[in-house]
Amino acid sequence: MLRLFLVVLALLGLSHAGAAQEMTARFGSGATPFLVRSTTDVAIIRPVMERFAALNPEIAITYEQWGSNGLFDQSRAECRDGTPGADAVLSSAVQQMVWLVNAACAQPYRSAETAALPTTRRWRDELWGVTIEPAVIAYNKRLLPVDEVPRSRFALLDALRERPQVFHNRIATYDIAESGLGFLFAYSDSLEATTFGGLLEGFARVDAVATCCSAEIISGVANGRYVMAYNVLGSYVANANEPDVGMILPEDYTLLLSRGYMIPKGAARADIAARLLDYLLGPEAQRLLVQAGLVTEMDDTEPALAVSARRYIALSPTLLVARDANRRTLLLQFWSDTFRQAAFP
Amino acid sequence: MSTGPEPHPKARPVRSLVSRVLGTVFVILLLGGVLVAGSTWWNGQQAARQAYDRILVGAASDIAESIRVQRGAPLVDLPVSAFQLLAQAPEDRIYYAVIGPGGQLVTGVDPDHRITAPARGGAPVRFFDDMLDGEPARFVILTRRFVERDFSGPVDVVVGQTLRARKAMTRDLVIDALLPLALAGIVMIGIAFLVIRSALAPLGALIEDLSHRDPYDLTPMPTERLPRELQVMLGAMNRFMQRLDTQVEAMRNLISDTAHQLRTPVAAIRVHAETAMSDPEEEARGRALDRLALRTRSLGTLLDQLLSRALVIHRTDSMPRTLVDLREIALEIMERDDSAVLAPGAELRLEIGEDPVLVRADAFSLAEAARNLLGNALSHGEAPIVIGAAEEDGQAVLWVQDSGPGPEDQVIARLGARFNRNAGTREQSTGIGLSIVTSVAAAFDGRVEMTRRPDGFRAALIFPMVPDTMREDA
Repeated sequence: MLRLFLVVLALLGLSHAGAAQEMTARFGSGATPFLVRSTTDVAIIRPVMERFAALNPEIAITYEQWGSNGLFDQSRAECRDGTPGADAVLSSAVQQMVWLVNAACAQPYRSAETAALPTTRRWRDELWGVTIEPAVIAYNKRLLPVDEVPRSRFALLDALRERPQVFHNRIATYDIAESGLGFLFAYSDSLEATTFGGLLEGFARVDAVATCCSAEIISGVANGRYVMAYNVLGSYVANANEPDVGMILPEDYTLLLSRGYMIPKGAARADIAARLLDYLLGPEAQRLLVQAGLVTEMDDTEPALAVSARRYIALSPTLLVARDANRRTLLLQFWSDTFRQAAFP
Repeated sequence: MSTGPEPHPKARPVRSLVSRVLGTVFVILLLGGVLVAGSTWWNGQQAARQAYDRILVGAASDIAESIRVQRGAPLVDLPVSAFQLLAQAPEDRIYYAVIGPGGQLVTGVDPDHRITAPARGGAPVRFFDDMLDGEPARFVILTRRFVERDFSGPVDVVVGQTLRARKAMTRDLVIDALLPLALAGIVMIGIAFLVIRSALAPLGALIEDLSHRDPYDLTPMPTERLPRELQVMLGAMNRFMQRLDTQVEAMRNLISDTAHQLRTPVAAIRVHAETAMSDPEEEARGRALDRLALRTRSLGTLLDQLLSRALVIHRTDSMPRTLVDLREIALEIMERDDSAVLAPGAELRLEIGEDPVLVRADAFSLAEAARNLLGNALSHGEAPIVIGAAEEDGQAVLWVQDSGPGPEDQVIARLGARFNRNAGTREQSTGIGLSIVTSVAAAFDGRVEMTRRPDGFRAALIFPMVPDTMREDA
């Protein structure tokens, strides 16, 4: 059944890949056009962009919301052809951003704000992580009492083993073949611990659902279709504004993603892109981003996440491995093999 | 103080000694610095290249290790460790590709971007330089050969990296090495400045002294506590000034002597001339004219002597000394017929040996001195008169002897003074003549000796003999 689901989603994905941007928003009405391409929902980032437009009245911002793969293909094509495209690119698929920077598709910029970033959140002064978003376990508060909520992956494994009936077909996670973000998290998990294999087997045993799109997963948790969702981006959970959906930062380790900001080599208004970057890293925008759920202050979570449990997905050339074709094939193979073995024992 | 020509108006300003030496030291240090910097840079580059080449090889080996054969085709489980290794150069872009035996790409950072490696050589690990997206980069190609049932052949792993970290490392190494060197250079220039200044300080004092010196002041400058080189220079200058002083003194003496010597005879001539003019008697006028003629002749002799003395003083001071045989001087005096004028018919004899009697002196001055001795003997002594030159007790002697008793003791005692005539003495005086003799003796490190002998009175000029070893360079 899962395979059928995957096939359907794959077809949907293919049809989707040909499309350009999903949505376009405009901020400000100045004389200078400025194009931002991003994977971030317009609805989430709107306050920040509005404020930036207000601060810079001479600019007319066009904000295009893209799927991560489409945005990557578009950026790579523009980089190769040398045609001017976006003035700034902001993507959650940081392995793709690292690839673009590695292919010399970005231009450098340096300021006090960028220098203040930790080394995990910048590379070559060409790629900067502007947000901090944890990969969380979302759960339905009505279906899962507080004391039964697993606070770590080990607890989750135990719960899957002890009470399979509760979770049967009611655990959701990203389909890593379809979702760039899901693949990145799965890849990071596979590097992080041996729990990854066990977790996949556990998911397969309870017939977990690998599906697409944060919004669907979260609404599924909210309406009780799923008891729990693994490795959902915390910012989406926070923004879904569903009172019934709870959020856990796994205590063994929590993956922390910083969306990558890049100024393409062919950017017509690199100066404004740099200004936007400095603004995004500045205290005002960071406060707005915290409100939007795009920046999670780890010390403010309840309970506070131990420093040793924080796993930043560092912006470094190591992420090139995540985009390697062989490596991807192997991980997908491992993923589908595990699910298939469990599905057809 | 400078005796050289005035600097041309368009010529560059004359640089001081300190700035010249310091400039040279600076240029030497700068050249050394450039050489050291070059070699340091080269070393740093080599070190960085080695260090990061090892990282490249490590990463390539990691990747090569991770290749496995699956269903008859190579498959790479790209190891993260390889990229963590490459991330030791955190700012550098990376290239990697795994290429199968047929040249087909197994996996790579960008399937559309192929770096073509140079032709396969014998070595299993080969490095090469190429551009990576417009930036210079260093690559390594490493070959792993597979011999499996379903797959065999070489699989190439190409790993490359841009050069930022290498350049940064080179720069750091160079700066670390050059900073102390630059500091040392500055300190050395400082020390050189102090040393040069202290070494040239006496020169500065000398310049100060010279620039404030009265041009008429010919006293010697103090040479004590000066460096040897400066002492030589200053000694030469002092000698020069001393000679100038002597010349000036001699000139002054000559003028005053001449004035003194000429005043009396000229006055006497005037008196005789006036007498001759005014005396009405023919006979008395004739006598006065006779006296006038005598006086005039005597004045001529006096002038000769004065000029001769001036010439001798000048020559002894300025002419280079040569080897002179005293016998030749004696011979020359004999052959000149002065004696015939002074004392016609006087008996003259020459007494010389067979060996040369060599002295280092001026032949003309010696001849003048000898002529004066002979003149004195002819005027005041008694015939026969003997002229001789010989070596006596290791000294060279040129002598004139007459058969008379000689002058009084008190006259002998006063001999050699500049002039010892009083107003009452005759014009044909021995005074100037003897002063020439003593001057010549003194000028050539000799002396005058007057001795009474059983057979007469002898006046001798005694000089040190020239040693045999020095006769060759005559």
